[in-house]
Amino acid sequence: MSALLEVADLSKRFGGLQAVASLNFTVGEGEILGLIGPNGAGKSTVFNLINGVFAPNSGRVAFRGADITGAAPYRVARLGLARTHQIVQPFAGMTVLDNCTVGACFGRENLPLARAREAAHEAAALVGLEKRLEAPALELTIAGKKRLELARALAARPALLMLDEVLAGLNPTEVAHMIEILRTIRGRGVSILMIEHLMQAIMSLSDRIVVLNSGKKLSEGAPAQVAHDPAVVEAYLGDPGMVQRRPQ
Amino acid sequence: MLRRPFFWIIALTIAVFAAAPRGADVELRESLLLAAVYITLASNLNLMLGYAGYVNFGSIVFFGLGGYFCVYFMGTLGWGLAPSLVASGAAVTAAALVFGLGILRLRGVHFALATIGVNEAVMAFVTNFQPWGGSTGIYLSTELFQPLGGPGPALWIIYYLLVAIMGVSLYLSYFIKRSKFGLGLLSIGQNEDAAAVLGVPTPRYKALAYSASALLPAVAGGLYFFKGAFIQPADAFDLTLSTEAIVITMLGGQGTIVGPALGAYLYEELRGWLLTSETFANFQLVVAGVLLLVIVQFAPDGLMGFFYRRWPRLRRIFE
Repeated sequence: MSALLEVADLSKRFGGLQAVASLNFTVGEGEILGLIGPNGAGKSTVFNLINGVFAPNSGRVAFRGADITGAAPYRVARLGLARTHQIVQPFAGMTVLDNCTVGACFGRENLPLARAREAAHEAAALVGLEKRLEAPALELTIAGKKRLELARALAARPALLMLDEVLAGLNPTEVAHMIEILRTIRGRGVSILMIEHLMQAIMSLSDRIVVLNSGKKLSEGAPAQVAHDPAVVEAYLGDPGMVQRRPQ
Repeated sequence: MLRRPFFWIIALTIAVFAAAPRGADVELRESLLLAAVYITLASNLNLMLGYAGYVNFGSIVFFGLGGYFCVYFMGTLGWGLAPSLVASGAAVTAAALVFGLGILRLRGVHFALATIGVNEAVMAFVTNFQPWGGSTGIYLSTELFQPLGGPGPALWIIYYLLVAIMGVSLYLSYFIKRSKFGLGLLSIGQNEDAAAVLGVPTPRYKALAYSASALLPAVAGGLYFFKGAFIQPADAFDLTLSTEAIVITMLGGQGTIVGPALGAYLYEELRGWLLTSETFANFQLVVAGVLLLVIVQFAPDGLMGFFYRRWPRLRRIFE
C-alpha cells in the first residue's frame, strides 16, 4: 500500500497553545484512517493544516507525492483532496444541485459546467438527495445539510476524502444510512481520512486509527489494538475499571 | 442560447431604447441616455455586489477614469473616438486589476471602505495631475464633433453607442451568470471560505470580476464625458453616482440579471419626477437613502427577488 497522504513532523501553534505537535501519519491508497481524540485534541486543526486553511509552523504535508505544505485550499482541492466541515458550510441561497456542481466544477477533474452537472446529479443521488436537487440548501434539515457537505465533496471525484464528524448530530437511522453511504464510497476506491466521536461507527469503518491528545499522537494501530491501549483508554475512552466499580 | 427567452428580452430592451426617441424628441433621448448609463453602471456593479457579494462603494472610479482617459486621448493626443474608447476601456480594466489585487484581500466592511479609498485617492491624484488639467479639468473643443457630422448628429451617435454598451453589459451579466466563472462567483458570494475549500480559485476570480466590472463603465464614462465636452474631478469621481448605482442594484434585486436594469429604469423615472417636482427638488438623495433603508430592511433581494419568490416560474424565464 503506497502512501496517498503523508504528514511529517507537522506542528501548529496558536499563540500560547500548541495545537498540533510533531505529528506523523500516512493514509494509504484505498484506506480508511480514523482520527480520534478528546475535544480540543487538534483533530480539526490537522484537517485545516492538510488542506491549507492554516499554514503549519513546521513540518510537511505531501499528497500523491507532491508537497502541498501551506498551499492554498483551492490548489489542494484541485489535486484531488476534498473535505467536509464539522460545522456545515452550505451555499445557503443556492440549490442542492448548484452546491454539488461547484464541487464538481472546481474539484480534481475541473469539469466544464454541463459535465459537472452530471457529476453533481450522481453525487447527490449517492447520498440520497436526488429528490431535493432544486431545493435551496437552507431548506435542508441538519442531516440533509450533512449529506450535502458529503455530496459536494464527492462531486469533485476526489482521491482522498477528509470527513470531519459527518455522523455528529444525526439520529440512529440517519447514522446507519450515512455509514452505508461511506461503505459505498469506499467501495469506489476513494480513500478516507475521518474524524469521528461515534466509537462504534469509527471502529467498524476504519482500517487503522490514529489517536490524538493535546496535539500529539497518543497511539496508532488497528481499531481493536487502539481500543485496548491503556493510554488511549485513560485519555479518551474512559477508565474501563470504572464500569465495574460503579455502585449498583 | 437563442432559445432562452432572456436573450430576446435583452434584445427587445435594446430595440426599444434605440427606436423610442425620434427626430426632435431630445428630452426623451436624454432621459433614456441617463437610464442607459445607470443600467450600465448598476449591471456591472452587480457582478461584484450581487454575484461575488463584495460591496463596491467606489465603482464610479471606473466611469470617471474612463472619462478622463478618453477625453485626454481625444483632446490632447488627437485620437479618434473609437480608438480612444477602446484604449480607455483597456487602460481602466488594467488599472482595476492592479487595484483589485491590492484591495481584494479585504472582506466585508473593510473592502467597502477600501473601494471608497480607491476613488478618493484617484480623485486626489487627478486633481493634482497637471497633464489632465488638475482641479480645473479638461475642456474639449466642439471641433471634435465634426468627424461625427457636427454636434447634433454626434449626440445621436453617442446615444446609440451608450445603448449598445448597455446591451453588452446586460449580455455580459447573463453570460457570466450562466458560466462556470459565474457559478464560482456566486459560491464566493455565499461563503468564500467554503468555495475555496471546494477548489474555487477565489483570489483570481475576484480580481477578474472586479476588473471585468470596470471595462464597460469605463467606456460609458468615455462617451458620457465626450458628450459633455468637459471633465473635472468633482464630476468624474462623484460618490453620489456610486451610491445611486448601489440603490439601483438593491432596488431591482442584487444578483439577478434583470434587476439592475429594472431598478435603473425605475430610479431614473423617480429621479426625473423628483427633480422636476417643486416640493422634492432638493430631496432626491434623501429619497434614495430612504429607499435603500426600506429595501435593506424589508426586501433585501429587491423587486426581482420578490417577484421570483411570488412566482417561481419567472426565474426560469428571466435567469
